[in-house]
Amino acid sequence: MEQVIQLEKVNKWYDDFHVLKDIDLSVQRGQKIVVCGPSGSGKSTMIRCINRLEAHQKGHIVVHNTELTNDLKNIDMIRKNVGMVFQQFNLFPHLSVIDNISLAPIWVKKMPKKEAEDIAMSYLEKVKIPEQAQKFPGQLSGGQQQRVAIARSLAMNPDIMLFDEPTSALDPEMIKEVLDVMIQLAEEGMTMLVVTHEMGFAKTVADQMIFMDEGKIVEQATPDEFFNNPKSDRTKLFLSQILNH
Amino acid sequence: MQTNFLRKIIFDEKSRSLLIQTLVIGLFALFIYLIAQQTAYNLEKRGISSGFDFLNLSAGYDISIRLIPFTSEDTHFRAYFVGLLNTLMIAVCGCFLATIIGFLVGVIRLSSNWLFRNIAYVYVEFTRNVPVLLQIILYYSILLHLPKIKQAIEIFDGFFLTNRGFFSPSPIFKEGFSLVLWSFLIAIIASILIKKILKKKQEQTGQQYPIFLINSALIIFTPILVYYIMGRPLEFDAPVLKGFNFKGGMVIRPEFLGMLFGLSIYTAAFISETVRSGIIAVSKGQREASQALGLKNNLVMRLIVIPQALRVIIPPLTSQYLNLTKNSSLGIAIGYADLVHGFGGISLNQTGRAIEIMLMVMLTYLTISLTISLFMNIYNKSVQFKGNA
Amino acid sequence: MTTFSNQSLMRNKYYNWIIKNLFSSWVNSLMTVVAIIFIYEVGTFFLNWAFFAADFRTNFQGELITDRSFCSKNIMPGEYGACWAIIYARWDQFMYGFYPIEEVWRVNFVYALLPLAIIGILFDKLPFRKYFIYFTFIYPFLAYFMLYGGPGLSVVGTNKWGGLLVTLFLGVTGIGLAFPLSIILALGRRSKMPIVKSLCVVFIEFIRGVPLITLLFTANVMLPLFLPDGVNPDNLLRALVAVTLFQSAYMAEAIRGGLQAIPRGQIEAAQSLGLNYWQTTRKIILPQALKIAIPPIVNTCIGLFKDTSLVLIIGLFDLLGIGRAALADMTWTKLYYEVYVFISLVFFIFCFGMSRYSLYLEKKLKTDNS
Repeated sequence: MEQVIQLEKVNKWYDDFHVLKDIDLSVQRGQKIVVCGPSGSGKSTMIRCINRLEAHQKGHIVVHNTELTNDLKNIDMIRKNVGMVFQQFNLFPHLSVIDNISLAPIWVKKMPKKEAEDIAMSYLEKVKIPEQAQKFPGQLSGGQQQRVAIARSLAMNPDIMLFDEPTSALDPEMIKEVLDVMIQLAEEGMTMLVVTHEMGFAKTVADQMIFMDEGKIVEQATPDEFFNNPKSDRTKLFLSQILNH
Repeated sequence: MQTNFLRKIIFDEKSRSLLIQTLVIGLFALFIYLIAQQTAYNLEKRGISSGFDFLNLSAGYDISIRLIPFTSEDTHFRAYFVGLLNTLMIAVCGCFLATIIGFLVGVIRLSSNWLFRNIAYVYVEFTRNVPVLLQIILYYSILLHLPKIKQAIEIFDGFFLTNRGFFSPSPIFKEGFSLVLWSFLIAIIASILIKKILKKKQEQTGQQYPIFLINSALIIFTPILVYYIMGRPLEFDAPVLKGFNFKGGMVIRPEFLGMLFGLSIYTAAFISETVRSGIIAVSKGQREASQALGLKNNLVMRLIVIPQALRVIIPPLTSQYLNLTKNSSLGIAIGYADLVHGFGGISLNQTGRAIEIMLMVMLTYLTISLTISLFMNIYNKSVQFKGNA
Repeated sequence: MTTFSNQSLMRNKYYNWIIKNLFSSWVNSLMTVVAIIFIYEVGTFFLNWAFFAADFRTNFQGELITDRSFCSKNIMPGEYGACWAIIYARWDQFMYGFYPIEEVWRVNFVYALLPLAIIGILFDKLPFRKYFIYFTFIYPFLAYFMLYGGPGLSVVGTNKWGGLLVTLFLGVTGIGLAFPLSIILALGRRSKMPIVKSLCVVFIEFIRGVPLITLLFTANVMLPLFLPDGVNPDNLLRALVAVTLFQSAYMAEAIRGGLQAIPRGQIEAAQSLGLNYWQTTRKIILPQALKIAIPPIVNTCIGLFKDTSLVLIIGLFDLLGIGRAALADMTWTKLYYEVYVFISLVFFIFCFGMSRYSLYLEKKLKTDNS
């Protein structure tokens, strides 16, 4: 198994607030890891550190054998290979759907426009909304927007995808359409690191479950063990809260 | 039956609205009628005649700052145009300078350096909380206290600062200079074409070109090259001190400079705030999403932040331009010969046609304002985000 | 490597702050140096001019300064400090204009009560706020009686008013009178009745489309023409009319913004409870809309306060007018910077105070809503 992400004793502070405490994590190629935990536990911060949207202050993060430091070249290289999907979609409101998707291939990969648009269309088909290509983000539903955001990330042909609570901002009836796309992606063998509270999704696709609380990884286990036989009391409490409502 | 009918009129939504509106318009008409009658009576009593015939009379005063020829024999109507042009001139120059200072200060306000940020902040607070009229008068008195012509400060060769204005060499165009201008124009057209061609090429091959650099070089160096090829067909007539004044050259009067500094320094403070809030308004998520896609910082600015920020900045920016244009009417306080000073002040005093003249002045400003807002509205509609994002 | 070996150093807040804000990169460090030099140069120059090298009431020889020839800078070549004596000498004019000196206590009385009249509007959690608001409504009549005179007090004509008194009078009265007018205009502009609506639109857009100075001229020259013989408002009143109309148009736009921010659901809810138009407007819409609109309203007030300086062009002596008059006096002429800096400071204190208040409200609105 090839190791693609490695976190070693990663620490981060916001001023006096210790958000990440000695995080150790390793991700193999093709692995799907679901991260859960109460809000403020540092799970978003952790995955945002992996493509350096946040800088860690202590410890090592290695992605594709490249360590993340202040070196801008390395950061650019890693960001090209690591896709990210945000809770708030963050589509560019001034660009049409197809321009949103083809923007990075054109400007980062220096692709001809036609080719980039063909790729954009193919990913739009993959997320099942090719008919929306010429619309603007504001004209789409939340679920459609999030699917465009996924297509936008995929268009850079990343080999790792990070998902930061991709369904938390969606109405209930739209969650499924986004999860379906993510499941399909998982089946194709994409390496995925997903922060989510969708436990059904976790049971379906995850190889590993991670539970975080107060900046620490409290428990890491296979879904089977995690849901049926959690070790830590905090995990039990969290699961009971999230599963019994 | 009777009461029912009345009831229906008062409580029926439509007829009530009609009733109220009739009442309003009736009162308004009565108000206008009373004023008009009173005014006519007062005018007659004071022996003031009315009408626009005065426009053809000779003005009888001189205007020192003018863009078109004007002597005291010219008509009031021409004085109106001289004033209007002066108003437009100070407005355009003021907006230009205010935009440059405003954008600069707005960007400095977001600088990562705390000291720069706060120097800009102090500038903004001190200029926008002091009346623009006071600032105009202050800068004007500074300009008036520059040394006298005899002790003029020479900043560069041929450029003099004095209490009578800023003297500089005036250009004399010789034969062949028009070619330089033409080459400049052609370079601009060529650069637009080059931009189109390179954009197309990028679309086809994906290769990116430094379009801005290439075009800037083209626009700057072509005219210079032609200028030298034509044997430098431009000479300068430098001002020379002769007796009590400069001979030759050209001069920018302290009235104009005082207005320019006052209006633009004041307005720039407001513009910098709109620029700052425009850039801030582009959410952090937009930047993060573009970074996560691997876009470099300059591209994030160019493709994502600036296009979105401009949508936020332009409407308040236009209203700042409007304010500056209206504030240019303060020229009267320091003797800058704008529309209000010359036509609205001196012509009014000489002819006594207050109603006609104030009406003309106000309608002129109104036309300028409405024209600018009209263009802004059209522009605004064209750049609004589609949908409700 | 981003690893810090020294943990305590990394946790040091001040150190981190300085690195982040002043020395995050070499460009940033260079900027810091440039800025420090700039602040030092400008700061020392200004402080020397305004304080250390300046004359206040006496010059460097200890003589009382009674005219400008006593100023140190006019005696000693090389001295450049400010000569603040002009402000002392003209203090009464700056504050009261040409108000008779034995009656000045009346102006002081009005000044002293002004904070009491305003405080009730500014802070909604003030104890006994109701009584302060009552006082706010009584204050204008009281102030007018005190300033102008009437039974028991000698009459002081407005031609004797000047300086800060005129500036504040125009500012405060203009705002106070414009407020009700602007509510009517804003409601009218959103009315469904086309005639009412278009009248309001035309009025607002006309006023906002022309410079204040043209309105002041018009009021000054034409108001006497519009009115019957006996009625002849003095200069100050004419300026007040112009200022009020001007302010009402700008305030109406601020209020309209507040009205637009009220969700339709509020109107629908009120109507479905059986409230009629006026009840809905008075009880439901206006209280919410005005709350939202206060920050932009305050901003228009700052604008108006600064714009009162324009009345010097029609011959009134506001703060700036008094300053210019002082400079025209041969005993004090040429002390431009002292006078203008002083007046700027007065305006700055008022306007900056208002803008802070508006910011405070905006913040409060945000936290109230979230």
